[in-house]
Amino acid sequence: MTIKEIQEEIVDEFAMFDDWMQRYEYIIELGKSLPLIEDQYKVEENLIRGCQSKVWLHAEKNDNKIVFTADSDAILTKGIIAILIRTFSDQKAVDVMNADTSFIDEIGLKEHLSPTRANGLVSMLKQIKLYAIALQAN
Amino acid sequence: MKFDINKIRSQFPILHQQVNGKPLVYFDNAATSQKPQVVIDAEVKYYSEINANIHRGVHHLSQVATDAYEESRIKIQKHINAKNSFEVLFTSGTTFGINLVANGFGQILKQGDEVIVSHLEHHSNIVPWQFACERSGATLKVIPMLQNGSLDMEAYQNLLTENTKIVAVNHISNALGVVNPVKFIIEKAHQVGAAVLIDGAQATPHLKPDVQELDCDFYVFSGHKIGGPTGTGILYGKEAWLNKLPPYQGGGEMIKEVTFEKTTYACLPHKFEAGTPNIAGGIVLGVAIDYLNEIGFDNIAAYEQELLDYGMQQLSKLEGIEFYGTTAEKASVISFNFKGIHPYDVGAIIDKLGIAVRTGHHCAQPIMNYFDIPGTIRASFAFYNTKEEIDAMIEALKKAQMMLQ
Repeated sequence: MTIKEIQEEIVDEFAMFDDWMQRYEYIIELGKSLPLIEDQYKVEENLIRGCQSKVWLHAEKNDNKIVFTADSDAILTKGIIAILIRTFSDQKAVDVMNADTSFIDEIGLKEHLSPTRANGLVSMLKQIKLYAIALQAN
Repeated sequence: MKFDINKIRSQFPILHQQVNGKPLVYFDNAATSQKPQVVIDAEVKYYSEINANIHRGVHHLSQVATDAYEESRIKIQKHINAKNSFEVLFTSGTTFGINLVANGFGQILKQGDEVIVSHLEHHSNIVPWQFACERSGATLKVIPMLQNGSLDMEAYQNLLTENTKIVAVNHISNALGVVNPVKFIIEKAHQVGAAVLIDGAQATPHLKPDVQELDCDFYVFSGHKIGGPTGTGILYGKEAWLNKLPPYQGGGEMIKEVTFEKTTYACLPHKFEAGTPNIAGGIVLGVAIDYLNEIGFDNIAAYEQELLDYGMQQLSKLEGIEFYGTTAEKASVISFNFKGIHPYDVGAIIDKLGIAVRTGHHCAQPIMNYFDIPGTIRASFAFYNTKEEIDAMIEALKKAQMMLQ
């Protein structure tokens, strides 16, 4: 599936929820089911420092695709990363670089983009794109 | 005066709104307080009727504005019981006040001198002193904290030597709400000839400090935490110290005479008040202090104690709760976590239910490192909060726990 198709799928899933509670419960669920990151990647260099919770993001190249793994100490944050990984992992670096990210608004997570949440959704997206640029250059 | 909570709440327009479809419960008072209508009105009145630059013009409005500003200074002098009004400096807030003093000390301190802060400090009472030490070659020492969040007074006394030049501690901790024994700290520091700066940012919303009784050399606080406008604050300094410290910022108003060869400085308080100050803010801060005094700090303290006791009692019933800062004497601030749950997750969920608390490290990372936690959930109550609001928070916390388990 392309990034755009996955994003549409996620938007459809979130459209089924009536209220924020169901949405948050789903995000928590996603956080819990995020595959564990290997311990060797849970290191300082992979840390995206947000204001409130820690996020580790690791990227590696597999053939011509980029693969992300991640973890966070806060479960909501972890759920949000799970959404990002589902969207951007196992995609071509060039596609990740050029991907549109407005689907975040559409699934009602816009508030997590504000700088006060500095929990890193903005930093996470930025880091994902930076990894893509770096791996593309290699 | 009788303490009438309904009347008080009606004076705070911001409290009567919905957040995410729920009535707002504002428990982030330690970050900033809400403003009563008299304060909002005074701000409008200043710009509608009084606005002019102060201490300069001979014209009528300038005189009116100057008088109002200086009357406010005297009001604040009386409020904190300073000996002289020129010992009361207007600042932009606590952070500015500490930086002013620390910067001055950075120029006075010498290699071998020592500065003492505590483990309980806000970053703004740590970093300026690190600057001062780096600049002067002095050493920074830290009063250790005990498990219940109190400061180790025995260790403190052992830290004090004739090399100690200044001790900078908070009156009440922002992260834990613990009240520190500042009178004792000041007394002991003076015995070795050290000056003492008290960070009163978290104390002034709850009590009326008496700087002469405390005998502190500096006392700093913020206007926005006591019902006043943002960008206002006070630095009290003893006359002798303010004369000794070099000026912080150069500009208009702070000079006596300027030639290109040499400038001489104005007398106190103008030496430290360069440029056009926050005139409206300074005047309105006086209005906020009048408002609090009208309610009465005894009434405020008694009511907030009731909220604190009730909050502790209700929160204690929740499963897996852990409290930080459990000393006997505390301000109405409760810092807590739930076992195995990140504070951010709880804060984000209860926000959806209209409850405003602070989560995170509260700009006091050394405290979080001590407890080995990423942060806490901090509920801080003001005199306009109610037990019903605490009940709403408890219900929201239960829901968050359920969702996060």
